Amino acid sequence: MAELYGKIVLPGEEVEKNEFSYKFNDRFISKKVSLISKNEEKTKAISLSSTYYPEVGDNVIGIVREVEAAGWLVDINSINYAFLPIAEVVREFIDIYRTDLSKTININEVIYAKVINVINYKIIQISIKNGNFKKLNGGGVISVNPAKVARIIGKNMSMMKLISEKTNCEIIAGKNGYIWIKSKKAENMIKAINAIKFIEKNSHFKGLTEMVIKYLEEK
Amino acid sequence: MKKENIKLLENGKRSDGRNLDEIRNINIELGIIPIANGSAKFSFGNTVAIAAVYGARSLQPKFLQEDEKAVVRVRYNMAPFSTDTRKNPGIDRRSIELSKVLRDAIENSIFLEEYPRAVIDCYAEVISSDGSTRITSLNAISLALALAGISMKDLIVGLTAGKIEDKIVVDLNQLEDNYGSADISFGYLFATDEIVLLQMDGELKKEEFLYALSLLKEKAKVVYEKQKEALRNYLEKEKYD
Repeated sequence: MAELYGKIVLPGEEVEKNEFSYKFNDRFISKKVSLISKNEEKTKAISLSSTYYPEVGDNVIGIVREVEAAGWLVDINSINYAFLPIAEVVREFIDIYRTDLSKTININEVIYAKVINVINYKIIQISIKNGNFKKLNGGGVISVNPAKVARIIGKNMSMMKLISEKTNCEIIAGKNGYIWIKSKKAENMIKAINAIKFIEKNSHFKGLTEMVIKYLEEK
Repeated sequence: MKKENIKLLENGKRSDGRNLDEIRNINIELGIIPIANGSAKFSFGNTVAIAAVYGARSLQPKFLQEDEKAVVRVRYNMAPFSTDTRKNPGIDRRSIELSKVLRDAIENSIFLEEYPRAVIDCYAEVISSDGSTRITSLNAISLALALAGISMKDLIVGLTAGKIEDKIVVDLNQLEDNYGSADISFGYLFATDEIVLLQMDGELKKEEFLYALSLLKEKAKVVYEKQKEALRNYLEKEKYD
């Protein structure tokens, strides 16, 4: 049996103060199933499951759901759809009365975007204008628990590079829990998806990289 | 119905051989519905309930959304094959009422303000019924909520008590529920010492009620420990499937 990454804490248990605790009668009580790891400097709590609430600066994968008059409505695995205005896609002027926006980005197409504005979780704006953000052609999107994305990416993207190399897939992970995978062969894609799902299920164990290597070799 | 012919207590033992303050066997399975955010199967003896929790997820239509907090929806249902005489499938008066009671208990146990504009969907399905079905569903939903990562004050612990032949007992089965003179459903949060569900049917004297309440609090600890043990075992095991 593999060793755990930290100590498992269940809701209702007394803990030291952390981001998943609340105060009751001078005691701190855990709100969530979480993992508490200690090193010399600090204690860190990781939730084992969560819902994605967007914050400005997050890199997300989105699926376009609707084409509106002045932009697109994009599913970013959150409570509300995000809005992608035309100005955040193209630099030149577009006459919205004469152009068919669905020719630029159509429904069900996938984009890699940055969150640029969040108001009350109702108005969420995203952009694909700068940096590596773009429309992604081909491939497919899988959804994982947003709390596990950090482990899927790994330190300095080590885990993602490992899966990429072993399965010959192109992978981009969004902070919202959507992961885009592209490969020329269907078997490779299935292999990558299985590996990602494996990480999602076993994210709280130590030595995850070795476990993943073993898992990929067995399959 | 001939009440006189049914003997609920014999030589200090109940109809199924239990002591007065003995709880039936508790069985817990977790993660049984892969597509749900959290799921659990909970059983008190022959009473088995399955629960699945989805969310916090987007709520449609939008006018139902609340700006500051989440909306909780609970569906309690008994399967047609769960009882000895077939139950008509679908929603009826009883299931609407119990869904509401469970929703109140759950709403008071979770931090709704952490999920603005979202909905938390809880489904409880009783697949085998032998008394205490609402409480079994509550325990199952509690475990499913914990696995779904919802912020909650504590695991919700439920237990029933009742009065049979002038004696207070815990964890009623169907026979005791039907022929006993009173029954209490009880949902409790240990961390904050809060009662989130309390219903009574029948008549009890004040002293009897207070004794039942103290007995429930004492015995609920057993259920609480079982819930925690099950969660721990589930999380500490690697999953290779």
